[in-house]
Amino acid sequence: MLLTVLRRLGVFALTALVASVVVFVLLAVLPGDPARAQLGLDATPDQVAALRHQLGLDRSLPAQYVHWLGQLATGSLGISYSTRAPVGPEVLNAMQVSLLLVLAGMVVAALIALPTGLLAAVRQGRADGAALSAATQVGISVPSFLAGLLLVTVFAVRLHWLPSGGWVAPVDGVGGFLRHLVLPALALGLVRGAILSRYLRSALLDVQREDFMRTARAKGMTRWQALRRHGLRNALVPVVTVTGVELAGLLVGAVVIETVFVIPGLGSLLLRSVANRDLVEVQAVVMVVVLLVLALNLLVDLVYVLVDPRLRRAR
Amino acid sequence: MSTLLQVSGLRVQSGPRELLHGIDLRVERGERVGLIGESGSGKTLTLLALMGLLPEALRATGAARLDGEDRDLLTLGDRASARLRGRRVSMVFQEPMTALDPLLPVGRQVAEILTLHGFAGGARAARGRSVELLDGVGLPDPGAAARAYPHELSGGQRQRVMLAMAMANTPDLLLADEPTTALDVTVQRRVLDLMREQVARSGTSLVFVTHDLGIVADLCDRVVILRDGAVVEEGPLDRVFSAPQHPYTRSLLAVSALATDARGRLVTVVDLGSGTTGAVSTGAVSTGAGMTGAATAAAGTQATGAVPATTPADGSADAVVVTAPGRPAAPQPGPHEVLPDQAAPHVFNHLPGDAPLLAVAELRRTYVRPHRIGRATHVQAVRDVSFEVREGQRFGVVGESGSGKSTLLRLVTGLDQATAGSVRIGGREVVGTPERALGWLRRTAQIVFQDPMGSLDPRMRIAEVVTEPLRGVGADERRARAAEVLDAVGLPATALDRYPHQFSGGQRQRIAIARAVVTRPQLLVADEAVSSLDVSVRAQVLNLLSDLADEYGLTLLFVSHDLAVVRRTCDTVAVMNEGRIVECGPTDQVYEHPLHPYTAELVAAAPRLRAAGA
Repeated sequence: MLLTVLRRLGVFALTALVASVVVFVLLAVLPGDPARAQLGLDATPDQVAALRHQLGLDRSLPAQYVHWLGQLATGSLGISYSTRAPVGPEVLNAMQVSLLLVLAGMVVAALIALPTGLLAAVRQGRADGAALSAATQVGISVPSFLAGLLLVTVFAVRLHWLPSGGWVAPVDGVGGFLRHLVLPALALGLVRGAILSRYLRSALLDVQREDFMRTARAKGMTRWQALRRHGLRNALVPVVTVTGVELAGLLVGAVVIETVFVIPGLGSLLLRSVANRDLVEVQAVVMVVVLLVLALNLLVDLVYVLVDPRLRRAR
Repeated sequence: MSTLLQVSGLRVQSGPRELLHGIDLRVERGERVGLIGESGSGKTLTLLALMGLLPEALRATGAARLDGEDRDLLTLGDRASARLRGRRVSMVFQEPMTALDPLLPVGRQVAEILTLHGFAGGARAARGRSVELLDGVGLPDPGAAARAYPHELSGGQRQRVMLAMAMANTPDLLLADEPTTALDVTVQRRVLDLMREQVARSGTSLVFVTHDLGIVADLCDRVVILRDGAVVEEGPLDRVFSAPQHPYTRSLLAVSALATDARGRLVTVVDLGSGTTGAVSTGAVSTGAGMTGAATAAAGTQATGAVPATTPADGSADAVVVTAPGRPAAPQPGPHEVLPDQAAPHVFNHLPGDAPLLAVAELRRTYVRPHRIGRATHVQAVRDVSFEVREGQRFGVVGESGSGKSTLLRLVTGLDQATAGSVRIGGREVVGTPERALGWLRRTAQIVFQDPMGSLDPRMRIAEVVTEPLRGVGADERRARAAEVLDAVGLPATALDRYPHQFSGGQRQRIAIARAVVTRPQLLVADEAVSSLDVSVRAQVLNLLSDLADEYGLTLLFVSHDLAVVRRTCDTVAVMNEGRIVECGPTDQVYEHPLHPYTAELVAAAPRLRAAGA
């Protein structure tokens, strides 16, 4: 068990290292000179060269990479080209916001997926089951930004129940935080919930054909009891896997939703730094997103091991 | 005795199709009833209907009364039926590998059946009781076993857990659906002994479903023979086995005992519609492996019929080649030897001054299983095996799962690379030869696999399947060769353009055999080639293999876990255990005078068909 965890951690570290190389190289080979971009067209070559030296851009790529990695390791994400301030605090702030949004989205998705998936599986072949199944199909087809706009139109613009956008940090008032969280979380979670619901339904249907479900009923459980006690847990194994992939999707989806709802998360920050040609900030944000996705997948892997005893004795 | 269960007129329908046509079944208290039938006979459906566990698409009608219950079992509904299941009526299933929830410790799963039916004392006491129950079914270290997950237990151990679960609430009726079919013979023997002991101790009635008459002979008081969803015969075990009334029962007994007719061919199930019965020569049967009682009895009653029962039941009557008995120039038998205690290299079945077709020398296959961090574990699947097979021999390899027999076969046919040693076929080396240079081997040695469903590509027509091994042969000749081999295996030429799913299991195995012989190989390797077939079809396929071996001058390498089949098919047998050949010699000698203790155990554990009174 411990060894499994350690090995997964090792894989995580390795993947993160590889990802850092990819992120660095991709951004480094982009055309355009950040120094010239900052100084404008009037700058003399000497000024540009001086700034390049100051930013470390005149060093070899590997040297730049090692320097950047060293900064990353010490927790510093670099100095912004545009504001000349460390980007770290800003990125961390945005990360908190995005994470909260993703978690809320996941909760919404789970709240939608569990009951609908169960019902669609149990009532499979009947009218209500088919209707649920069709509804989730529609849910998958709706892009999350459209869902967001519709939610805003109905609940913010028409009904005035909730704010149409903006963000209040939890420390500044839980009530305000929740009021601002509901709509974006719904927009984000609806689609993912529909996808998860379908996965859960098909996993449950598969599980019901398993021999051990027949055993469970032979022991004296009704169809429903057997599903609850043995079916759900077994069906969750594949669903957890999908959730890992979905979480990464949620994080990326959050970028769009943040724009729709004017939320100062990683997405908004990324858009702004790209617009400013602030390579350091872009690098930092992309790297943080990559690390988050990897960390979430690591988490899912560990949950997977917890759920399925067959994986504890890993090969 | 009082009647515990009375089933009358049980019918099961799937839409407009009727699967069970009015089955009557009576079980007395404490009685052990064998429900016998081949696949598709409806034996499992009968049990599921009684348990209220039929798939939703199926509907059961008729009446099933359990003593002490007011209502009919068939009309109870899920909730009421659930209260009976696991308390008054329990069931053990066929496949131990998948019948337990993989995510829960087995102790919890046993405790569950106690708490479900209101075990006094609550969850903690139920867990304690489950350890006792696991102890009762002979699991070593029951405390640890209770904490183990199903994948940590062997097949036999899981079936013990299933039995502990089924017997936890001392039910009045235990339904067992081929519970030992997936187990090795020695394990099967122990599980059956345990089951007999458990039902006897708690006075539980048993309905034991199986296709294996040998098991029933050992276990049951009364038998019911099912065929195509209807009861064909029913009665006390002794009477049915010694004086079967129905022609189907008679043929079933004969094919199960692998009885032979006057010409030395295996008896096949007669087509009941044609009105013929089989003639069994008593002399041939009495050489059968410890099955004399029943087979002789069957033969005795069948000897009245005059027509030899060589008619295949799967509609290919005219095609089976009947050759004269007595094979041309049977090869000289090898010596009967046992593995020497000292690990000195020993070549089995070796005759001095002979040039064998297949020569295996110190063959070894070690699988390396990477292990967490550091040391890898080495699994020795085949350990320094040496033997020879001469041309025209029929060489059997028997052993239980994990004995290395399948690995040996893959090494011989170049499907897997040996770690060390040598395999020479016709003097050419297989080990170490890269696969692209093994073209000659594919022409010399061909394989028939166990699963006729899985080993044929479902998207290829039969003509393509059969002629695939032919390289550099024109389309016209391919078709001609395909028609020829199909004819040889008893299938009509119209089969050429059909797909595998349009054939029955037995027919598919004929197709697999046709594919194997189309290249005119010298060596035919059969990997459990009849293990997944019903007994009636099994006899036909074995006859076919034997005929083809004569006609094409094939040397057979026949791997099977079924000792009786190997005895009927092979002149020489090698017994494998833990990667080694422990004993080898002429088949009859090995079976009747086993030299190695493992062989003796294996032969003793195999269920035998004999009349209970004999």
